[in-house]
Amino acid sequence: MADTMSGIKDGSVVLLGGFGAVGQPNALIEGLIEQGAKDLTVAANNAGVGHGGLARLMELGRVRKIICSFPRSSDPVVFETLYRAGRIELEIVPQGTLAERMRAAGAGVPAFFTATGVGTKMAVGKEHRDIGGRSYILEHALKGDVGLVEAWEADRWGNLTFKQAGRNFNPVVAMASDLTLVQAQHVRELGEIDPDHVVTPGIFVNRVLHVPYGDPSGF
Amino acid sequence: MSATTAAFKPFTRQQMAQRAAADIPEGWYVNLGIGIPTLVADYVPMDREVIFHSENGILGMGPAPEPDKIEPWLINAGKQYVTLRTGGSYCHHADSFAIIRGGHLDLCVLGAFQVADNGDIANWATSDTDSAPAVGGAMDLAAGARRLWVLMEHTAKDGTPKLVTRCTYPLTAPGAVKRIYTNLATIDVTERGFAVLDIVPGLSLDDLQARTEAKLHLPG
Repeated sequence: MADTMSGIKDGSVVLLGGFGAVGQPNALIEGLIEQGAKDLTVAANNAGVGHGGLARLMELGRVRKIICSFPRSSDPVVFETLYRAGRIELEIVPQGTLAERMRAAGAGVPAFFTATGVGTKMAVGKEHRDIGGRSYILEHALKGDVGLVEAWEADRWGNLTFKQAGRNFNPVVAMASDLTLVQAQHVRELGEIDPDHVVTPGIFVNRVLHVPYGDPSGF
Repeated sequence: MSATTAAFKPFTRQQMAQRAAADIPEGWYVNLGIGIPTLVADYVPMDREVIFHSENGILGMGPAPEPDKIEPWLINAGKQYVTLRTGGSYCHHADSFAIIRGGHLDLCVLGAFQVADNGDIANWATSDTDSAPAVGGAMDLAAGARRLWVLMEHTAKDGTPKLVTRCTYPLTAPGAVKRIYTNLATIDVTERGFAVLDIVPGLSLDDLQARTEAKLHLPG
């Protein structure tokens, strides 16, 4: 684990896969807690549940800012407490804009126009452009220094498959991050994953750790 | 209160969902929001092929599983266990929101705090100083789906109208709503404003107007 997590610097932007507990790279988040990097900006759909994983990273004061679409959960006590105390910065991003900002970062697109958020608080201070008779706002790519991903299968080249709704943000996190770390439920030999079934090609992945984590639980 | 109104019964949540489901035709791709809209799927007849989408990367989502058939990796956007219909598929979040933002969904049904008679919808925050605002995919759905219908109670619990001339809560999207199904009526958003399609039996248009801030019209 220590090798997998090496090189993560203070002040990093960390992108997390997962939607609730499904597809969330819990072992790598624990590894990041042990690794010690601080002053982090974390982008994820949610802002942690209970006191484990991301919530623990925040509770330890290691997260300066969270970028997410939906900070509420069944037990958001850690985030709520830090937010009310002014000890964590929050950037709320519509869920599709969050995913597209990651995809854009991975695709070399520095910014893009979208109709999502036009005429709302999300548009305040953003560049507007009318294209083809409709109004759009400019959103910037969200690049990760580090991306933490959970996959169903991985091989030595970093080719990944995902299970059911566990795919969610993981493929865009992988492509958007300079250093993409993967925890995989199953590690396969090269060639064992049918090339037609590879969802994330290995070029987007830097390190794979075999973590037979089991089923997700806790939302 | 008039004699006609004394007899009326507001729709239950199930009846509201059933009323909206009746208007969804064969072949539509539909996203249902959290809350009452989720119930709509239960009232689409099995022989009518309507394909449900969930923001977290599911196309062809089926109903909740039997308790002994739960797939721990198969949840919907409301983080409830669901199933996949035969022919269904999974995609990642950027593709799932390309489905939404690229105008590929025929319909999205959302709940709301307020809808204005110009189609503005407010459904994600009840003040500008919410302690932890949470937008999720609501803005993408409201701006991106080809049609947006709202399924909500006609008034707030204290009787305050939710169909208004101008939303006072933060907007989710301007001018997006096409139709509203409430526990009292079905209302289209038109160039003239709110047009009443039907009202629960026993309630008069005047009495519906009394529970509605914006002016109600009859269609045409």
